[in-house]
Amino acid sequence: MYAKTLVLIEPETSDMKKSFLFISCEEAQHICDKSQYGEATFWERVKLSIRLSWCKVTQAYTKSNRKLTNAIKSSKVDCLKDSEMEALKTQFEEQLKKPH
Amino acid sequence: MSKHTLDPNKWIDLYSDYLFNYTISRVNDREIAKDLIQDTFIAGLKSMKNFKGNASERTWLISILKRKIIDYYRKSNSKKGQAEVRINYNSEENEGDWLEERVADPFDKTAEDEMENSELGDAIYSCLDKLPEKQAQVFKMKTILNYETEAICNELNITASNLWVIIHRARVAMAECMQKHWF
Repeated sequence: MYAKTLVLIEPETSDMKKSFLFISCEEAQHICDKSQYGEATFWERVKLSIRLSWCKVTQAYTKSNRKLTNAIKSSKVDCLKDSEMEALKTQFEEQLKKPH
Repeated sequence: MSKHTLDPNKWIDLYSDYLFNYTISRVNDREIAKDLIQDTFIAGLKSMKNFKGNASERTWLISILKRKIIDYYRKSNSKKGQAEVRINYNSEENEGDWLEERVADPFDKTAEDEMENSELGDAIYSCLDKLPEKQAQVFKMKTILNYETEAICNELNITASNLWVIIHRARVAMAECMQKHWF
């Protein structure tokens, strides 16, 4: 008489979302970004580790993010500070005004 | 093939970081690097009429900069008059082994390492050039200049969450670009 229906409960609608230790993929990527600069807190790193243990998307993102960080560190790439850039600009603008 | 053109009004914004990185990896002195790129821009301005348009603006400026760097080393060597050799002895026992010590120094960077670093730096800058201006600016401040989050937010008048969104987009684009051109 009554057909049984299977209801799939997605993690976002379940209690997992409310759980302290479970985070979304976006949040995991945000924590991963912060940890590249040493700005993720201990609990954030714990939450990221839990997500990393099962989420393939987070694993792939973390891998490429770390690769980028290592590449930048090993390249010892450098650039001008804003103040240095401004000083350079001011000096060059004076040259631009002169007839060439 | 389309001919390239020169627009000196944009040189500082477009190329100063790239030229600075190129120079600092070769002269190891911030002040000298800044002077050399200033000289390069001025020399470029003076020789604009010689630009044929076969190379890109950046390639043309780099060729001028290379000559400036060579001139700088020529001048500094002529001032010294002789080569400088630094020898460190760890103890009296090691005295006389200085030649081997220099050759086998594990902390010395090899020429290949230096070359790879400079090529990697070029690849990073090529990818940075492809980012939208704001993303490139925030990424540079945070990742290359190592500024504090708060300092960047104050300087650019953005919130911390704005900053992290920009950083995230920049990192995704940078990783994708580096994957194509370097990794």
